[in-house]
Formats: sequence, structure tokens, C-alpha cells
Amino acid sequence: MEAIGIAKTLGDGAGQVQALKGVNLSLAGGELALLMGPSGSGKTTLLSVLGCIMAPTEGAVRIRGHSTEGMTPEQLAALRRDHIGFIFQSYHLFPTLNAVDNVRLALDVRGDRSQNAYDRSVEALAAVGLAHKIDSHPRELSGGEQQRVAIARAIVGKPGAILADEPTAALDSHNGHAIMSVLADIAKNSERGVLVVTHDPRTVPYADRIIRIEDGEIVGEEHNDEAKKAEAKKAARSSKKP
Amino acid sequence: MQALVERSLDYPYATARWIQAGWSRVYDSMHVPLIIRLAAKNLFFDRLRFIATIIGIVFSIVLVNVQMGLFVSFGRMVTTMIDHASADLWIVPQGTRSFEDPAPLDESERFRALSIKGVSDAVPVVIGFSQWRVPGGKATPIFIIGSPMKGQGLQPWNVVEGNLDSLAIPGAVAVDRSYFERLAVKGMGAIAQINDTKVQVRVISDGIRSFTTTPYIFATLDRARTFIGMPANKDTYLLVHLAPGADLQKVRTRLQQTLSNVDVLTSDEFGARSRSFWLFGTGAGAALFAGALLGMIVGTVIVAQTLYSSTKDHLYEFATLRAIGSSGAYIYTVIIIQALVSAVIGFSIAAAIGVLVVNATADSALPIAMPPGLTVGLFLLTVAMCVLSAVSAIVKVMRMDPAMVFAR
Repeated sequence: MEAIGIAKTLGDGAGQVQALKGVNLSLAGGELALLMGPSGSGKTTLLSVLGCIMAPTEGAVRIRGHSTEGMTPEQLAALRRDHIGFIFQSYHLFPTLNAVDNVRLALDVRGDRSQNAYDRSVEALAAVGLAHKIDSHPRELSGGEQQRVAIARAIVGKPGAILADEPTAALDSHNGHAIMSVLADIAKNSERGVLVVTHDPRTVPYADRIIRIEDGEIVGEEHNDEAKKAEAKKAARSSKKP
Repeated sequence: MQALVERSLDYPYATARWIQAGWSRVYDSMHVPLIIRLAAKNLFFDRLRFIATIIGIVFSIVLVNVQMGLFVSFGRMVTTMIDHASADLWIVPQGTRSFEDPAPLDESERFRALSIKGVSDAVPVVIGFSQWRVPGGKATPIFIIGSPMKGQGLQPWNVVEGNLDSLAIPGAVAVDRSYFERLAVKGMGAIAQINDTKVQVRVISDGIRSFTTTPYIFATLDRARTFIGMPANKDTYLLVHLAPGADLQKVRTRLQQTLSNVDVLTSDEFGARSRSFWLFGTGAGAALFAGALLGMIVGTVIVAQTLYSSTKDHLYEFATLRAIGSSGAYIYTVIIIQALVSAVIGFSIAAAIGVLVVNATADSALPIAMPPGLTVGLFLLTVAMCVLSAVSAIVKVMRMDPAMVFAR
């Protein structure tokens, strides 16, 4: 996934805001990147543009080498279902469906209604540690568990990119670390990159790369080395103990 | 008492819970596709709104059912005499608008008709209004039908007591038992007066009812003329029976050319003319259609409002679907399935109520009819109404910005 010279203007007239100003960014398979910045810096707008939900005012987004420029809303939707998985701050699970059906929905919208779709959904839930909760409804799950269901929904279609918007913001420290561990595991697959929009410093140790954004511009980028990440994870594990 | 009130108040919720549980069992046992499960569960999620939707559909469809059932029944009753006359052709005074529109035909027309090649018989029928007076002095208007009681005239049918031969007895008349109360008749042998002539009930039929609610009284031709004060050389209609092998159109043309100031009609044409007059000429049909239209509008508005409201409440879910790559068609299908599920449940309840209404009015002066064609039509109307109602919800979803999923 690649963003080239992305600019995005929001609003009209006096209320017009330049949310993004010529952003260049790429996400490679096998990496977990954090997009960090203060509120109003353009993180979520950039995520929406990268996720093909919002069209840029200028610039282009390329998914697996194909530009999204000029695509219709239906073509963009098809692109999202084939290549992108989303994780939202508020989970956005369907309260009337149980966990496995919530996950299966991501395959159902692709037209996959086979028994295999059900099996894959169960596998995705197992991958995030919820094999025993497949029949539970969102109201019966904790915040951390709901976010895991959302992650399972994002990965079940085996997309090339996972875009997560503040996935730990609504969670306590324990669940926040757990969710980041799951995302870091997902990013170990060289076919899949994970981009996390966050301002939660607890997520930093899990990142391969940290991208800083301010006032709609990328202002910095740093890489985490393996030793630092291992130390952070050790710290996270010890914090889970009573 | 309080428990009873509480139970009564809980009844709609309990019904909704029962339907919901039933649907869940259906899902589990039949592996219902996820899109249908999602739609149905969205629909049942807010029980109060679901109940309101169903009540709206039921109210609307029962209203339409009653109005259209009355329309169908009215249309049938308007032509009941024509349908039971078994005539090949009717000779009626020119400009006759309906069966109950009496104008005299000269008896000489009958002989002229009989002289036409291809006519085997031209049976006279007289009709007209009169008064039925019981010994106590109470009087009520009646509609007299007179015809020869032998041969192919217009005789009472569904005879349940007595026989048509007994109408030859002086003063004998036939009445329908559905009018016993109106005519103050207790059964066979009852005495009354028609136009100062003593009459006695000698034949009783069942189900010969008039849409005007004025009782039909059958008598022989001459007696009927006496009752309505018609001269002996006058008739109202002539029922033409064709000779074997005669061509109906040719005979009709000859009759029309030979007879003056008459219309020569087939039974279907006379029936259509009567229906047209009563249903549209008098405004009765327009009133029934207006009631049905009102029902449709009320139903559509209620279903549209509830579907729109439901869609609005689930907008983040629809935005999520869109964000994860759902096509627009998938989301519209969810909404339309919700409308269809509402239609099926609402129609089922409305149809059950309709059957009760049909049974309750079966013996009334104007029974409500519910033929299979009307039932199928009402179901299609319910589906169309609910799908039309889904349009506002679909428009709402079409205007939705999927980026709203990031807003909370």
C-alpha cells in the first residue's frame, strides 16, 4: 500500500481545513507501523484515504501497484473487501450477531457463503484466542474480546493490509497489550502489513516503524530494533501477572 | 386484576419474543443465509418498533381487505340475478343502466322477438318495488321479481323449503330466510300483504340477498305485475333462449334490427353494465377504492417510517458493512429483506383476521368476499407496499458516508 503526495481538504468556505498536505507513505508486508500524532493532526483522515473510504483531493493511493484514482464507489468497495481489513476504536460489531457471524460477515459480503467460510471464521477467532466464544454475542464479551472479534473479522479475508484506528483506546492496559500482541503476530506474515493509528504510547514497543504526523504532514519516522521490542514485550507480559 | 393488566400489557412483547424465538429456531434448523439472519435480527432488535411496524401493516391490509372484499362482494351481488337467469341474450329497454332499473317493454316486442330466426323462447321477466305489510301493520319496501315458474325464467334458487310448483297457488311468494327479521316472517306459511294483496310464504330460499338490502320477493309473472301495478301487456326484460345451433351474434343483430327502443345484451354485457353503474356511476365503488387507497397510504407511511427509523439506528452498522467492502446491493438487500419479512408476518396476521371477518359477515346483508385472487393480490400489494417503504431507508443509506465509522 502506497500513498503518493496525498492532500485532503475537508469542509467548505471559511470552515475549510487542509487535513493532509502532500503525504507520502508506504506500508510493506510483514511490518507493523504506527501512525502517531496529536488530535487533529490528520491521522484518521490519512487512514480513511489509505483505506479507500475517502478520496484524496490530490495525490494517489496505490494498492498492490494499482492506482485507485478515478475508481467508482463500488470499485473502491471491491478493493477494500479484497485487500484491506479494518479495525475500529469502537469495534463496530453487529450486536444482533454472535462472534462467528460477525467474522463471517466479512466473507459474506464477498459472496463466500460456503461451509468453508464458517470454518475460516472459526479459525480466525481461534487465532485471536476466542475459539471458546464463537457463539457469544458482543454484549457477552469484554471490550478486549470484542476488539479481538473485530481483528478476526479484519483478518479472515486474508487482506494484504490491516488498518486499525485507535484499537487500544477503549481498552485497559492489560487488554491494550494483548491486542497489540495479536496485531504484532499478524504482522509477522510477510504478505500482510499492519498500520495502526494511535496516540497510545503503550503501543510503541510493538511497532517495527513509527510514523509521526502533525498538521497533516509527516514530520518523522523511526524504526524499532528487535531488542527494544523484546524488552517491551517482556515488560508487557510481566504487567499481565497479578 | 393488576396481574391481568400487566399480562395484557406484556402480550405484544411476548408475541414479539415468541416470533423472535421462532425465527431463531428457523435460522438454526435451516441454515438461513447470513444476510437474511442479519436483516431479520435487525428487524426484531427493537421489539416495540417491530410491533408498531406489524400493527401498521396489519391495520393497512385489513382495511384494504375489507374495502376490496366489499367491492368484490358488491360486484357479485349486483349481478346475482343476471348470473342466475341462464339467458343467452337479454332484451332490455334502451338505456337500462342496471338490473334494478325498471322500465317497461311492450309485450308486442316479445312476439316480434319470437318471430326472429334462431330464437327458441323469449321469457318475460318483470321487476319493481313494492311494500310488504305484515298483519301488525308494519311495512317495509321490497323488490319484486316475477317470471314464469316453469321453463327457463328467473326463478329463486337455493330453495330450502317448499318447491317452485307451489308458487302457482294463489297468493304464493318466495322469500329468502336472510330477510325473515326484516319481513317479520317466522317461516313457511307466514301471511302478509303486498300492495293490498294477501300473500303467503310458500317457498324459502337461502342466500339470495340484495346489495341494496331491500328484500327480493319472487312470484309468478301475473302476480308480480299486480304487486307492482304493471299492466298485463308490459314486461321489464325478455330472456332470449337460442334454438339449437343458432349463432348468437347473428340472432343478436337480427333482434337489434327488428325490435325498437331496446338493447340486446349478453349476460356478461348486462352484468358489466350493472356493475359499472353501481360501482362507478353511483360513487359506491369510488368510496370503496378510496378506503382501500387510504389503507395503502397509511400502511406505506407507517412501514416507511419504521424502516427508516430502524435504518437510522443501524446506520453505523451499515457504514461498517460498507467500510469492510460490502457492495451497495448487499446493503439494499438487507433493507429489502427487512421489508419482506415485515410483509410476510404482517400479511399472515392480516389474512387470518380477514378470514375471521369473512366468516363473521357471511350471513350479513353485504358479506365480505375474499376469493383466492384477492388474497394473492393483497399479498403482492403488501410486498409492494413494504418494498416501496424501504425506498426512504435505502436513500438514507445511499447518502451515508462510510467514513463515519471513524467518527466514534
